[in-house]
Amino acid sequence: MYRETQIINDSRKISSNGEDTGEGELVINVGPQHPATHGVLHLVITLQGETIQKVEPHLGYIHRSIEKMCESLSYRQFIYVTSRMDYLSSHINNHGCALCVEKGLQIEVPPRAQVIRVLMDELTRIASHELWWGAMAMDLGAFTPFFYAFRERETINDIMEETCGARLTMNYMVPGGVMYDIHPNFQKRVKDFIQLFRSKIDEYDDLVTGNIIFQNRTKGIGVLSKEDAISYGCSGPVARASGVHCDIRKLYPYEVYNKVEFDEILETAGDSFARYLVRVKELKQSVRIVEQLIDNIPDGDFQAKTKAVLKLPKGEFYSIVETARGELGVYIVSEGATTPYRIKFRSPGFSNLSALDHLSRGHKIGDLMAIMGTLDLVIPDIDR
Amino acid sequence: MFSLESITDSIQNWLYSTFNPTMALILECAIVMLLAIGLFAILGLVLVLMERKVAARMQIRLGPNRVGPKGMFQTAADTLKLIMKEGLTPDGADKFLFNLAPFVVMIAAMLVLAPIAFAKGFQIWDINIGVLYISAVSSVSVIGILMAGWASNNKYSLLGAMRSGAQIVSYELSAGLSIISIVVLSGSLSISDIIASQQTGWWLFRGHIPAIIAFVIFIIAVTAETNRAPFDLAEAESELTAGFHTEYSGMKFALFFLAEYINIFIVCAIGATLFLGGWMPLHIGHWQAFNHIMDYIPSSLWFLGKTFFLIFLIMWFRWTFPRLRIDQLLNLEWKYLLPISMFNLLLVTVIAIMGWYF
Repeated sequence: MYRETQIINDSRKISSNGEDTGEGELVINVGPQHPATHGVLHLVITLQGETIQKVEPHLGYIHRSIEKMCESLSYRQFIYVTSRMDYLSSHINNHGCALCVEKGLQIEVPPRAQVIRVLMDELTRIASHELWWGAMAMDLGAFTPFFYAFRERETINDIMEETCGARLTMNYMVPGGVMYDIHPNFQKRVKDFIQLFRSKIDEYDDLVTGNIIFQNRTKGIGVLSKEDAISYGCSGPVARASGVHCDIRKLYPYEVYNKVEFDEILETAGDSFARYLVRVKELKQSVRIVEQLIDNIPDGDFQAKTKAVLKLPKGEFYSIVETARGELGVYIVSEGATTPYRIKFRSPGFSNLSALDHLSRGHKIGDLMAIMGTLDLVIPDIDR
Repeated sequence: MFSLESITDSIQNWLYSTFNPTMALILECAIVMLLAIGLFAILGLVLVLMERKVAARMQIRLGPNRVGPKGMFQTAADTLKLIMKEGLTPDGADKFLFNLAPFVVMIAAMLVLAPIAFAKGFQIWDINIGVLYISAVSSVSVIGILMAGWASNNKYSLLGAMRSGAQIVSYELSAGLSIISIVVLSGSLSISDIIASQQTGWWLFRGHIPAIIAFVIFIIAVTAETNRAPFDLAEAESELTAGFHTEYSGMKFALFFLAEYINIFIVCAIGATLFLGGWMPLHIGHWQAFNHIMDYIPSSLWFLGKTFFLIFLIMWFRWTFPRLRIDQLLNLEWKYLLPISMFNLLLVTVIAIMGWYF
């Protein structure tokens, strides 16, 4: 598609990417505006009847040069831009960046801030998985679960709004801690939420997990072997569904993750249903973490004392966090100035998307939606 | 029992005494046409509103509630908007077929209405092969859908239309076999005879388990035939944007939309007629008093009540289940429903010959 202009003699033979198509092949564009792609992902699909021969993702429709933008912003400011990458886990993006800056400046984060950060991360993870659950069911043609998922998700958004002042792009984490202390209602409302969530989580299984049509649509569809998951660089629930032990919270625990009890969910099937199960079970694990921490928020400062202008020492710094989608790496190269020399984000969505072609070859168009749904793609995270 | 026969008879007598027979027939046709079009308009408005309200109720939200009391005029406002919109014809489309397709779908839906008995003595056309006529005409709509998909010159539309073709042709079979099992039980193809044969009880209850199996298969098959979720592959919006009517807008789109709801009404009316006794009131054995009270409820209410119950059932499916995949859809029909309904027809025939039904 992006090659130099070519003279097309017989337009019927040329697909949209300029390659000759075989006999009876049909090339259709899914996206950039399409109900299934949840954003502006553009897939060029080569079909033989209803069977997928090839899927080619075209990126760049929502590229905002976030990495370049970050290079001209100070170490306090650039964190706010990263909320717009994976907007469903904005807390965790901010967290990763704050961790990297703290690593460079060797700031000790107060225990209270650490617990608040982990609480926020896990609430974000629940909210993100809730949205994914609803959207996934909608991809498969069931509309109702979307509303049930949003019922609980709204509660989390309300909690966030009270403490952080925003519902989606929170910008709550700063180098050295969090921006404000938690709202006085925070603990009570989180406990209310846990109670609500515990009473409703079974509805999810009743409505979707146990549904025979849903199981038929997802079992054995888009199987990703353990070796492939590693070689494609998949992370998060996608890799864990293939049996890859890759939870950053377990492997390289940050903040208080080594002090709380939770299980890393591993499935071995590697198909869409396994990816679905991993996320649904992770919901319960996240609630477990929140339950352990909500009554044990230590007293003290919510923010470490830092200088007004932050200057990272000359060198390279890297930190990783586990977002709702997988491993987010933040890599900062510093020349000792007030702004980073170079910033690079290793976003989980990009690597997970790269497996899409491999997963969907030989399946039907309907399966592509199931596979895309379980990969849990957030396009601004892929394009940045 | 309350009957509309006296009213329709008096209108006919008056027409034939005032005009010559040809004129009277033409006037009768005109009256029926006006009634049918009026019914279509009202049904479209009511069913779309009902769908939105049912969906809202299942999705823990309120649904339309701004236009008129409780949002009653929402669909009327929507229709007005659709009428005022421009009906685009895309470049490269086959213009004649593209503009013809919505009317084919609509007319196919309208034709099936003819032999349906709405109440006692209120039937447009009491044809003696009513059931056969319905099975034959209801499959015409697939031609309109294929026409729309092909003429749009759009890949999504084409895929949707091809899916729809495969689906409707397949599910016609088991719907037809379920209908035949009732024909076997009642011994007639005429709608009015089938209703009359259910005077003592509905076939759903009198035909033992085979009748219930036939009913369940009929409901599944007609859900698929009307392209409703979980069998809405022809328009599967997460896969094909809007399937065969992707390129349609304005009133041409509205005709497809209306035809979908009219089709739902018609298949549910047929289901209610064949399995639930049409306008026949509920009678239970020798409970004389109960049967007598039931007779006081007008027959049109019985018919509409049963039909709307079935419509609710089909809407319930739509808002509960995920969509099937195309190969699973065809597997379900050819590997499960068709063999079961064939075997079931055999059982029903045995029951009918031996006179084992109640």
